[in-house]
Amino acid sequence: MFTGDEIARILTKLGVTHVVAVPDSMLGVWEPALRASGDLELIRVCREGEAWGVAAGLYLGGASPVVMIQCTGMFESGDALRNVLYDYRMPLFAIVGYRSFLSQESLPGDTAMKFTEPILKAWGIDYRLIDTPERKGMLAEHYHACRSAEKPGVVLIAEGRA
Amino acid sequence: MTGSARMPLTSALEALRSVRTDEVVVTVMGAARDWVAGEPHPLDWVYVPSSMGQGTSVGLGIALARSDRQVIVVNGDGSQLMNLGSLVTVTAAGPRNLTIVLCDNGVYEVTGAQATPAAAELRADGRDLDYAEIARACGFSSVHTFDDLAQWRTGVRKVIDEPGPTFVLLRVAGSADAGGPRPPAVRGPDRVSPFRAALSGGD
Repeated sequence: MFTGDEIARILTKLGVTHVVAVPDSMLGVWEPALRASGDLELIRVCREGEAWGVAAGLYLGGASPVVMIQCTGMFESGDALRNVLYDYRMPLFAIVGYRSFLSQESLPGDTAMKFTEPILKAWGIDYRLIDTPERKGMLAEHYHACRSAEKPGVVLIAEGRA
Repeated sequence: MTGSARMPLTSALEALRSVRTDEVVVTVMGAARDWVAGEPHPLDWVYVPSSMGQGTSVGLGIALARSDRQVIVVNGDGSQLMNLGSLVTVTAAGPRNLTIVLCDNGVYEVTGAQATPAAAELRADGRDLDYAEIARACGFSSVHTFDDLAQWRTGVRKVIDEPGPTFVLLRVAGSADAGGPRPPAVRGPDRVSPFRAALSGGD
């Protein structure tokens, strides 16, 4: 969907300062470009719950972080995101890899598919799904919209081989 | 592991408070409960309510965003166990302005002092885990252990001033009836902007 260079360019243009991430097979491919960017700092954490805590601290410190994790890691990190997004109402933004979305026909049965969007809805997080190249612009659009509204947001980026 | 030979948490925190100047201090769980008993400071981040274990992560984020500020996280052993990987994350990032003070009482104090899995009584080998050794294995090169309150009082300023990341293990006494931290009177969302403003006040 996106190349690493595209993601680095978009995030830089959005004014993002830090990317707090756990890689997966798509997000990890972006790492060299993120590391090469002079304007972004990539912070690799050991588990997704940490990503929300580190991003919260960065936000408290005046930075503009994004969290970058796979949907399975979002499941793991539920209490951490609950705390920062609701207990403290921090308007953090996340890019979430939507595992197997593009492989539903060829490789059905991934239960991550079943729960990703219902869980985002349960958390009350405003999200957008980018599942075709034509929708890439939604990343910047949704980021701007969430910043303007001072609310959290997520973009789901479809993964897998169609 | 609630031995009386260990230093009282309140005294250990008072020693830290006595040398604190303009450092950010992040407190969680029992430390937060006792820290708020003292005079508030604009750079206190009393992390209540919390997501248990995230104190070190929040402190790391602040330290990375503000490399000009010294950040001290006062964590508990039960909380640290819930996020041991964060110690690896801290040393990977390597902020020189971050000090983690781990108050080890061997129990989940706020829930009634049940032993943690790191405490001798729950371990097959009957030995306490040593968090200082864990910290070294996670990549901390600046590691200090204090069992004695007088030594902590004497050494606290020095360890805070060391280039970090620094890990400090305090062996403190636990209590079964200490209770949990109470959220500050100002709600969480209403503490965010004042803290951010205080942090940027020196710009």
